[in-house]
Amino acid sequence: MSKATTFAWTADSKKLAKHHISKYPEGRQQSAVMPLLDIAQRQNGGHLTIEIMEYIAAYLDMAPIKVQEVATFYSMYRHKPVGKHHVQVCGTTPCWLRGSDDIMAACKSRLGIELGETTKDGQFTLSEVECAGACVNAPAVAINDDYFEDLTPESMTKLLDDLAGGKKVTPGPQNGRQTSAPDGGATTLKEFIGKEEGA
Amino acid sequence: MPTLTIDGTEVTVDPGTTVLQACEEAGVEVPRFCYHERLSIAGNCRMCLVEMEKAPKPIASCAMPAGDGMVIHTNTEQVKKAREGVMEFLLINHPLDCPICDQGGECDLQDQAMAFGRGNNRYDENKRAVKDKEMGPLISTTMTRCIHCMRCVRFSEEVAGVPDMGALYRGENMQITTYLEKTLDSEMSGNVVDLCPVGALTSKPYAFTARSWELKHTQSVDVMDAVGSNIRVDTRGAAVMRFLPRLHEEINEEWISDKTRYAFDGLKVRRLDAAYVRKGKKLVEANWGEAFAAVKTALKGVKGNEIAAITGDLADMESMAALKDLMGTLGSDRIECRQDGSHAESGTRAGYIMNSGIAGVEDADYLLMVGVNPRLEAPILNTRIRKAVRHFGLKVGTIGASADLTYKVDEYGDDASVLDAVLSGKHDAAKALKAAKKPMIMVGQAALARVDGAAILKATRDIADKYCVSKDWNGFSMLHNAAGRVGGLDLGLTTDGGVNGILSDARDGKLKLVFLLGADEIDTSALKDTMVVYIGTHGDEGVKNADIILPAAAYTEKLGTYANTEGRFQRTEKATFAPGAAREDWTIFRALSEVLGNTLPYDNLAALRTRIAKDVPEFEQIDVQKAAEWGDFGTKGKIAQGAIAPAIENFYHTNPIVRASQIMADCSEARGGLVEEATGTNG
Repeated sequence: MSKATTFAWTADSKKLAKHHISKYPEGRQQSAVMPLLDIAQRQNGGHLTIEIMEYIAAYLDMAPIKVQEVATFYSMYRHKPVGKHHVQVCGTTPCWLRGSDDIMAACKSRLGIELGETTKDGQFTLSEVECAGACVNAPAVAINDDYFEDLTPESMTKLLDDLAGGKKVTPGPQNGRQTSAPDGGATTLKEFIGKEEGA
Repeated sequence: MPTLTIDGTEVTVDPGTTVLQACEEAGVEVPRFCYHERLSIAGNCRMCLVEMEKAPKPIASCAMPAGDGMVIHTNTEQVKKAREGVMEFLLINHPLDCPICDQGGECDLQDQAMAFGRGNNRYDENKRAVKDKEMGPLISTTMTRCIHCMRCVRFSEEVAGVPDMGALYRGENMQITTYLEKTLDSEMSGNVVDLCPVGALTSKPYAFTARSWELKHTQSVDVMDAVGSNIRVDTRGAAVMRFLPRLHEEINEEWISDKTRYAFDGLKVRRLDAAYVRKGKKLVEANWGEAFAAVKTALKGVKGNEIAAITGDLADMESMAALKDLMGTLGSDRIECRQDGSHAESGTRAGYIMNSGIAGVEDADYLLMVGVNPRLEAPILNTRIRKAVRHFGLKVGTIGASADLTYKVDEYGDDASVLDAVLSGKHDAAKALKAAKKPMIMVGQAALARVDGAAILKATRDIADKYCVSKDWNGFSMLHNAAGRVGGLDLGLTTDGGVNGILSDARDGKLKLVFLLGADEIDTSALKDTMVVYIGTHGDEGVKNADIILPAAAYTEKLGTYANTEGRFQRTEKATFAPGAAREDWTIFRALSEVLGNTLPYDNLAALRTRIAKDVPEFEQIDVQKAAEWGDFGTKGKIAQGAIAPAIENFYHTNPIVRASQIMADCSEARGGLVEEATGTNG
């Protein structure tokens, strides 16, 4: 099931791992367990296995169960294989009020999968997450490391189409809004901005 | 020294004391689940909330250091409300299955819910359910009952030294488990059952066999190793239901090893409950009169120098003394207590006890172990050494077979001949001994059972003399594996040539009759053609070539005195009666002596004990440990090069009781399998 039957750092991962360990005083290398788990998860294509956790435990000279405790505590460590694009729909109250149910429905119908499932081609995994911390731009969806915000069912479907088609997508608000600036342009200090623009 | 006021009473405590401990000193009970005296402070159950003046909200007393001038209230309305609230939250996910829970009747949660909780519960949603975990043959789990106090996790990491337990997932999904649901790889794992304040971890062998209130408690002493852990024997009717630890700060604190705790089923099976006499090739059941008559017949015309006796590892001093006296009436003094062929010497008491005491390990700053694996030979001592290493800066060096002792050791190889280098001061260990203020040297039976054991004893004695013995500190220790050994040495039960001499003389036909007092750790095939009288409890090695079998009482069935490896005398109590016709050992010898026409001069236990006290002056000082007078012992000789073989290969296989125990066999299998598995995946 797991890709890594015998896991070992690649040269790049090892360099990165050493960098994180070097942030802590000697003998406190265990503090680096979280970044190392992340590095290993990326190297392994998106999820962790018992072997990887044991490898990291041995690498940091700590008990395997302590690594497992950390890895199971945080939801961003995955324990099952995920697709190339991990679609994480925020379902917490602000996003929900702004229509995350519709976003979720759009994902399900576009991808043809239920929550927690992966498409047959291994491209998409669909999950629901608790507050993504992007309430100002609700509803928000995280796909791998990028946030896509101010979504509508239509823009969500288009986004998934683009990803499936291998097109380049732009993270951030999907309705043309600049970051979390007021929707539809400035509402205050317009004159100041006008003068500046005019000058 | 902070002085604080608790419920109006002023109390002065040592710096570093917590508010909870201060409350206890003031005689105020504070409820708690996660706090435990011998574990680190977690502060996660919140049950110990108390009110502190000038604090805006209740404080967790277990985690709050006592400060000067603090005013603490534990009986206010706010505290009552806080406790009720915490209790209500704890009970939200705790099933109300007390009637089918083994912990019922001795459950902290049950008791504290009664004392500090509300009468009802306002929660009517579904409770969470947690899948039970597999934790091996000793621990039964019902994880839905777990309240996440983390005591078991802290115990395994801190005391047992096997960080294999942990809490996975988080929040409502949190689950306690052993790593990959394996058996806890420790000889001390059973203690988590005592630590668990609820019924999440309970004893598997004891499961659903008794309720705590039906049991009769007898305070006794364990004989599974030479530590002499204090135990409580819980019996119902004639059956021993379980063993629990009894607090003894100087010996076992409040832990006991798995062997001590779980070998109780071995007391019920393979027992000798009638006398047997060999007729032709078969052993035939006999009554006591017939058996004694058979002994008398067998002794006819046998000279004193044709008789020998070997006493076993579980023999109490009373039995050994009575056997010695009986042998005396037969004209023989060839009675040997060192079944394993150890070269420990009787005579100088300081030469065969642990002079510093077990608790003395905490005072020591360097410990050199020669042929000792305390983890297998005395898990309680190993726990104490681990504690000293963790908290008191003890450094440990070993000469002997390499083993994982759960703490860091400097291994100096397993070649005994390096002792010469240590003695001459050139070796690293010698430098460490010299630099230490209170150095200890501990020699084990593995080293002493070698052919050159007497020379090893002499070498360790001389090393101790050079580095470890001063006016107020005697760092010489001998670790025994047999509960009866120090008692036997106190009684002087040693012979020239030892046990091997007796066996080879028997093989050569020089011996006509041998008494075996529960001696099961020898190869009795040498006694095939010798008349063997076996006095013991179990049908084990000793009965294989026995001609007359006299059934005796096990340690839970008699009043016996044992000297532990520290030389501390302790007494067992009679918790149940011996099965069938079995009798207490010393009464057998007393009755036999009458049949043989030379009655031993004691009719009751008190008289026998007075008789022993004449030979062993310290005998009547129960539960006293002190260093003995230093002297010379051992025989100077050449220590041959070569490895010291481990004294114990299978922890669960060391005496007739544990060999009869199915639970111990299961443990052996569970942990043996684990070792193989580990090498499989790691290699």
